[in-house]
Order: sequence, then structure tokens, then C-alpha cells
Amino acid sequence: MKCSEFLHELTNYLDGVMDDRTKSELEDHLAWCHNCYVVCDTTKKTIEIYRDSQLYELPEDLRGRLRSAIMSKCKEKKAGPQSV
Amino acid sequence: MGAIQPNVREPVSEEMALVLAAKAGDVSAFEDLVRRYDRNVFRIAQHITQNREDAEDVVQDAFLKAYENLGQFQGQSKFYTWLVRIAVNEALMKLRRRRPERMVSLDEEVKTEDDSLPREVADWSPNPEQQYTQGELRDILTRTIQGLPPGFRTVFVLRDVEGLSTEETAEALDLSIPAVKSRLLRARLQLRERLSRYFQKRESGDGNK
Repeated sequence: MKCSEFLHELTNYLDGVMDDRTKSELEDHLAWCHNCYVVCDTTKKTIEIYRDSQLYELPEDLRGRLRSAIMSKCKEKKAGPQSV
Repeated sequence: MGAIQPNVREPVSEEMALVLAAKAGDVSAFEDLVRRYDRNVFRIAQHITQNREDAEDVVQDAFLKAYENLGQFQGQSKFYTWLVRIAVNEALMKLRRRRPERMVSLDEEVKTEDDSLPREVADWSPNPEQQYTQGELRDILTRTIQGLPPGFRTVFVLRDVEGLSTEETAEALDLSIPAVKSRLLRARLQLRERLSRYFQKRESGDGNK
């Protein structure tokens, strides 16, 4: 397996969606190719850092204001949604 | 090296019960849906618009639009996926209004495949995020993701931050599954490349920035 082929499969590998044979080919490649190992490992860390980052959390006071604004408009439009 | 674990969301049946009640005119059921997803919609909106006021507007407009159009929601997809689709469209409209000089589209093909090929392959420090204070880290992560084209960062945020599946992301963005996968790979690789500047192992010195 070439590095470009490894990269092509990287997303499927990290998401755990691939057959056992492809997975073992990728892992064979990772065992000897240090660059691909580093790329794979740091890509995984990238995803984890963003997932855990809590960027753009909605502050509770703003959350309350937004919800009241939404709900008061919904009540005005109470006849709005057509029931099925 | 194991696969990353997906985020887990609540069962769909409970959500469908709320949707049906809201459709039947129960405003408090809709309020429960707002409570359930307002944080997610705000995050997605701010990632796309990169502007706090716009994100606040998107939260209001998206929920209101969802409420007005509940009758059209047939339950073939999850309510959340349907809501995200509305929110993404509202956010893109805001972005277009703010940047009329540039067409903003999720379909834009950005540069070539080779662009995402790794150039920087230095390993990272064992706990790279601990080299920075929380505020510094937040700045680094925000600046880095803001540098991605909207089509890439939206796919990354939906898949990797919000935990939508590939299929749900494709549905929410009206993209094909191969298009989602290709954008996701390129987004992940570009973010990794850019973060390497901050997180790579130092050869010598005190190990700090």
C-alpha cells in the first residue's frame, strides 16, 4: 500500500467503517510508515481536540433570552403549523 | 490505533413524540425541542457565520421556520437532521449577505486534492493542548477552523463536532455521500496541518511555546 492510498482511506479508518481486510492492510502500512502513523495519530487528536473544545458554547442568560423570543413568536403563530 | 468513538444522542422515539405533540399544537413540546437543540444550532451557526449576532439570529430564525413548517416534516429523517438543514441554510444566507463580494456555496470545489496532502509530519507533544491556557487554546482552535472554506468547515463541524453520521450530514447539506467524505478528509487533514504549527514536539528547550 502506498501512502496516498493510505490517506485516501484515512477517514474511513478513523470512523471505523471498513472491511477487516482493508483495515489490516492499513495497519500493516502504519506499522512501518512512520509519517503515515504520525498523520493518522495527529488527525485523530485534531478531531478529539475540536470535539472536546466547547467552542461557541451558548451562555445560559443568552440562551434564556433566545428561547423566550422564539417561544413568544411561536405563540403568536399558534395557528401556524398545520397538524397532520 | 482505534477508531474514534461517535457522539451518542438520545433515542429518536422520544423526540418523535415531542414532534407529534408540537404538530398537534402543543407549544411546550416545541419548547422542549428548542431546549434540546438550541446549543447545537448556535454552535453550528457560529461556526458557519463566524459572527455572534448572526448566530443569535440564526437560532431564532431556524427554530421559527421549523415551527412554521412542522406540518411538512414527515419523519423520514430525524427531526434534528431536518432542523440542522434549516439552520445551515439560514446561516449560509447570513454569510452571503455579509460577504456579497464572494459567492458562498457548499458546492464550491476548493483547490485540488493535492492541497490536503500532508506537508508537516512532525509528531505532536503528548498533550499538546496543555501547552496553552484555555483562552489561548480557544483562540488557536477558532482561528484555525475559521481559515477553512465554509463548505469544509461545515462538514467537519456536523460530522466531527456535532456527531452527525455521514448520511445525516449528506442529507442536511444536500450533498452526496462521496462529496461529504471527500470534504471531511480534506477538512481533517487541513486542520491537522495547521494545528501542527502549534502542537508539534519541540526538539529542545523547555518544551513550552
